[in-house]
Amino acid sequence: MDPSKKRKARLILALSVAVLLAGALVYSSFSASTEASTPSDVMKHGQPGRSYELTGKVAQGSVTRRGDRLLFSIRDRNGHASVPVSYVGVVPDPFREGREVIVSGQVRGKTFQAKRDSLVTKCPSKFTEDKKKA
Amino acid sequence: MEYGLALIFLAAVVAFVVMRPVVLGESDEAVGGSARAELEAAKEAKYREIRDAELDHQMGKLSDTDHRAIDRELRAEAIEILRRLDEVEGRSPRV
Amino acid sequence: MAGLGSACLTVALLVAVYAAGASVYGAVTSKRAWVVSGRRAVYCLAGLTITATVVLQSAFLRSDFSFKLVADGSSTDTPTFYKVTAMWATQDGSLLLWALLLSIFSSAVLFLTRRSLREIAPWATAVLGVVAAFFLLLMVGWENPFTTLTNPPAEGVGLNPLLRHPAMMIHPPMLYTGYVGFSIPFAFAVGALITRNTGADWIRATRRFALVAWTFLGVGIMLGALWSYTELGWGGYWAWDPVENASLLPWLTGTAFLHSVMVQEKRGMLKIWNVSLIMATFVLALIGTFLVRSGILQSIHAFGASTIGTQFVVFIALAVIVSVGLVVWRLPDLRTDAKLDSLLSREAFFLLNNLVLVALALVVFWGTFFPLISEAITGTQASVGPPWFNRLTTPLALVLVGLAAVGPMVAWRRVTLSGLRRSLFWPLLFALTALVAIALLTNGADSLPALTMFGLAALVFSVVGQEFIRGTAARRATSGEPLPRALSALVGRNRRRYGGYIVHTGIAVLFLGVAASSAFHQQKDVRISPGQSFQSGDYHVTYVRPTARLGLDPGGTGAPISFGAVLRVRKGDQVRILHPARNFYPTQDASKGAIGRYFEGEATSEVDVRWGLRRDFWAAVRPDISSLDGPIREANRKFAGANGDVQGLIIGAIAERYRRHPPPATFRTIVSPMVSWIWIGGGIVLLGALLAGWPAPEARLRRVRSLYSARLGKELTSRA
Repeated sequence: MDPSKKRKARLILALSVAVLLAGALVYSSFSASTEASTPSDVMKHGQPGRSYELTGKVAQGSVTRRGDRLLFSIRDRNGHASVPVSYVGVVPDPFREGREVIVSGQVRGKTFQAKRDSLVTKCPSKFTEDKKKA
Repeated sequence: MEYGLALIFLAAVVAFVVMRPVVLGESDEAVGGSARAELEAAKEAKYREIRDAELDHQMGKLSDTDHRAIDRELRAEAIEILRRLDEVEGRSPRV
Repeated sequence: MAGLGSACLTVALLVAVYAAGASVYGAVTSKRAWVVSGRRAVYCLAGLTITATVVLQSAFLRSDFSFKLVADGSSTDTPTFYKVTAMWATQDGSLLLWALLLSIFSSAVLFLTRRSLREIAPWATAVLGVVAAFFLLLMVGWENPFTTLTNPPAEGVGLNPLLRHPAMMIHPPMLYTGYVGFSIPFAFAVGALITRNTGADWIRATRRFALVAWTFLGVGIMLGALWSYTELGWGGYWAWDPVENASLLPWLTGTAFLHSVMVQEKRGMLKIWNVSLIMATFVLALIGTFLVRSGILQSIHAFGASTIGTQFVVFIALAVIVSVGLVVWRLPDLRTDAKLDSLLSREAFFLLNNLVLVALALVVFWGTFFPLISEAITGTQASVGPPWFNRLTTPLALVLVGLAAVGPMVAWRRVTLSGLRRSLFWPLLFALTALVAIALLTNGADSLPALTMFGLAALVFSVVGQEFIRGTAARRATSGEPLPRALSALVGRNRRRYGGYIVHTGIAVLFLGVAASSAFHQQKDVRISPGQSFQSGDYHVTYVRPTARLGLDPGGTGAPISFGAVLRVRKGDQVRILHPARNFYPTQDASKGAIGRYFEGEATSEVDVRWGLRRDFWAAVRPDISSLDGPIREANRKFAGANGDVQGLIIGAIAERYRRHPPPATFRTIVSPMVSWIWIGGGIVLLGALLAGWPAPEARLRRVRSLYSARLGKELTSRA
């Protein structure tokens, strides 16, 4: 093969590998992703057996503990719809009533069964929330 | 008040420092960007390449034949650069 | 004093714009006086931002709560170290930090290149001026760090306790130094494209800045990981959080850049690739700065709603358009000087390494921005979790470490396969032996990726070892120096090469730690009462008794209350005592009550770790203080108006109650093998980078140069 043909063949090979990898990237990301949803979404359209990533605020006065289990409600960021959550695992330090949290899990009956250790609390760098309340 | 005074003072100091070269028509002695600088840089790079090839050879990464061939190429390229440098500098080429 | 600060910023904005204008005018009209003036404007910029920073810092130190920033981020009882570092915990303060670092870096590079790069430097000055002007405009227009309060509060809110960790306070300046550092090669790349000086000049002038930026960014990422491991109470060091990813992205493309510029310097190849890489790196650095502050992605670090998101998006878009436009416009000038001789050459391996690094960056980018991508395509936000990241990045990381091992064995231009076999024989033998030993003697074979990583890391170590041994031997053969002299001379004369090898070693050590700790860590979560025990791996852990300290926070973070536990950890006949605790910080929220506010504020885990080369034992405790609710409510009622001393006594009594009648507490313990190798590896990388970036004495460079010109001269005369 003359060098220019060889170079072209190499280029085509490299490009097809790149396209394949990109396809794998896109496919795997869509198939592995969990949908982010708000409490009102989950209440309305939540199907049992599907994984959701629930985001919202911890409802005031909803946090209780039963043995290892942490029970609380998440409500819409701007609204009142709320979903009771049952959670086992490590509770992040900044977890508080009124804070924004993310938790993944599935709907079982009326409650949201959270996946172990999936609770994430947003880290409030500025104490904007506290100040608004004060 | 404080803001205004500080603004005027700082602006005056900065203007003095910044405008001096323009008012006095100062220039700088910056060189480079020219063909000569490019060639000088290419020469440096070529020297470094020769040295690296030598080190690779000493350490057994390049076989004797490979090294001989590459070294010959590199030296030829270096000589070409030196020749062009001579041209740019207006000297009669050494070769 | 706030007026002086504001004035500094206003004048700095004007000066930055002037620097850009004067430099361009001087470059276009060849009036060099204007170029000099533009450069001086950048020096003035540095002076002004330094003054502004000093003004702000002195306000923090004096606890001058008429500064809004000080009232929000500090308090009189905040320890001094955290007062000094509180500046960059806020959005406005971190913008000032960006501008400060940028103007210092710009001044340094313009001073160093004042006698060279006659054509490129003015345009680079202009680019740096525009970037500085953007950040200053944000401060002057929207987020002035010198905003004052007409009614200053008596006491500040205090620094977020989560951030009260030494690693966390050094982390942002490190990251920012990295981000800012990459704007220097970016600016010179733009200048090179505009003036069509697309040789290696701009690379040589800014290469060291890129290395410094890369090093600082790496240190910043490591400190962030360390903070996560020791402060966040979940026990991991990396969670693929958007903000973590955002700092990793420019580091990955920056790593690719540091490798591929060598190809351009030596061979004049990959010019398009190099300018594209540095432009991508700069844009990613901007995105990194922006992401932390924007809240557009769900992250544990979402720092509240930002007011400057739109401005950032516009500026990033502008940077992308200008970059792409410039590269396309100058494509004809970016033609390569040479062709790839062989696929078995250093050039080809660098190219391969670049492709893997960029692929890694693409994966991380895609995963990080997936919520936005999926929202654009399907209409709903969806996110990919850490397992997705792990699955895709693991093979790429393995290939990368493999390339780090084999690459240095391949000479420039071309090698024969038999030559490569010869130089890889001993390292491969060593790596295989190590692999077999690990598989037979440990449970390493339980995880195939981890085992592969062990083997590849062993290959890196043996390759680097062989390089040092052979290099020293070759030098001794020619110079006859004693061993230590020969070694130090070898390394000293080839700093970049051997510094690079040391960096490779460090990366391999780091990945060893990552592989071992992620594949073989054992985690246990239990809720037990004092006297009870549990088993965690080979460790028998007993909750001996609770602790309650007042005002004696050993970490120096200024926490008034700290509840913890004494754990006895037994493995075989070794017994260790651990003291994990949880700090409670008061809130200013009056609705929590006079006493309750001390318990209902922020709380942070103070984990206790037994560090070890073979494994870490990590423990965190989460005391259940709900049993104190009754007494606290009662105290709120009775002692609402009591003075500080009485309140202190009451809090002491409540703490004593917790110690006397402890409810069950929740513990998390982690046995994590070789996790400290990550930090050790990071340290080795730092050492290697320092060695590679340390300037060689000018005299030696001249000697080498004259040696070679003399030899070439001889050849010339012999040919003539």
